[in-house]
Amino acid sequence: MREKILEAQRFMNAACKKLGRRINVMEVCGTHTVAIFRSGIKSVLPERVKLLSGPGCPVCVTDQGYIDAVLQLADRDDCMIATYGDMIRVPGKGGSLETRQSKAAVKVVLSSEDALQLARDNPDKKIIFVAVGFETTTPATAVAVKEAAGQGIDNFYILSGHKLVVPAMRALLSAKNNNIDAFLCPGHVSVITGYGVFREIVEDFNRPCVVAGFEAVQIIEGLAEICSQLAAGKLELKSMYPAVVTEQGNTAAQEIVAECFEPADGYWRGLGKIEKSTLRLKEKYGKFDALRQFSITETPVKEATGCRCGEVLCGLIDPPQCGLFATSCTPDDPVGACMVSTEGACAAWFKYARKEKRER
Amino acid sequence: MCLAVPARIIELDKDVAVVDAMGNRFRAKTTLVPEAKIGSLVLIHAGFAISLVDEEEARKTWEIIEQINDLRDESNDTSQ
Ligand code: SF4
Repeated sequence: MREKILEAQRFMNAACKKLGRRINVMEVCGTHTVAIFRSGIKSVLPERVKLLSGPGCPVCVTDQGYIDAVLQLADRDDCMIATYGDMIRVPGKGGSLETRQSKAAVKVVLSSEDALQLARDNPDKKIIFVAVGFETTTPATAVAVKEAAGQGIDNFYILSGHKLVVPAMRALLSAKNNNIDAFLCPGHVSVITGYGVFREIVEDFNRPCVVAGFEAVQIIEGLAEICSQLAAGKLELKSMYPAVVTEQGNTAAQEIVAECFEPADGYWRGLGKIEKSTLRLKEKYGKFDALRQFSITETPVKEATGCRCGEVLCGLIDPPQCGLFATSCTPDDPVGACMVSTEGACAAWFKYARKEKRER
Repeated sequence: MCLAVPARIIELDKDVAVVDAMGNRFRAKTTLVPEAKIGSLVLIHAGFAISLVDEEEARKTWEIIEQINDLRDESNDTSQ
């Protein structure tokens, strides 16, 4: 392990020297963010290799308008909300799902299957599944929708907040932050999509895209690969996670998703509206679509005053540069979504790097 | 949230499995990995197997999950 780290450091140092500037690498996966902090990887990186946390935590990138739509449904007497636990503390208009829990029916589920079971068990309620997550999570929702259709369950609805990673990377590079030199691509998203999906970023934007696993050594080797590519000026797509990631990904999962969902324009916290970046149910499954059935709309909302989640998610600032960080915004009493989820950049910084200097 | 947990399939009835991850047993579906059999190691995410995985990789991932779970306990988080 020591040998591997030393070798990686040599590559990174050589790259910094050759380029003569800071190298900005964005990790687009909340689990990478946590693993990076937890393992102390930052302490073995050359000072000029800068890691930026990107829009890789599903809770963090979910737009306020979506949360407000969920809260609207939670306030209806005929609805029961089924949600992954990460979502219940995200603040929206007039509180969060957690604060609504006393009067509204809010159930935490571990999977879409549990949500479907709630629908079977509560025929007099309309079950709304808060379907968030990236490509890793979407297939589970698609299977539940197909089962509901097959079994004639008519009190099951999903509010799709499912998102696609690549359109967000494109939006970042084209509009928000052109200083990103390379991407450390998400491991388990790639299990579904295949690492091939990132080829367009390499080809259209000339940025290395390297898929890595979650172990410290795997992450460091991924960073060394990125640095070597930048130093050699040879920018490529590469998977350093061959144990589970293939170029094509899980085609069975992709087919089920394609049967149920189609890409639609959607809103992201921090990134705004991105074309064809979210997934909505196809017309033929429209009766399971909460947006179509309950005539609610997702109105994009400005972030809470002072919260700089948007800039954090674009890699423009580190969380301690936000004036509310660790003062009025803490994991116990979060102001913004990035402080809610343990995978959020603000929460990770709070836990591990609260004392770091506020500078970049 | 996109971290998948390695688990071994203990029982399997069509696409409904009972799996074991680090001593915890729970139900998961194998709809997305039709080739999974009893005894297979699979990555589970949000109640679904999403791919097969080998022993070595499973062990590494279990270690990381343990560390991250510690973190969650420490920070008193309500998330799963
Ligand atoms: S520290 Fe809190 S208020 Fe500041 S950007 Fe992060 S979540 Fe928003």
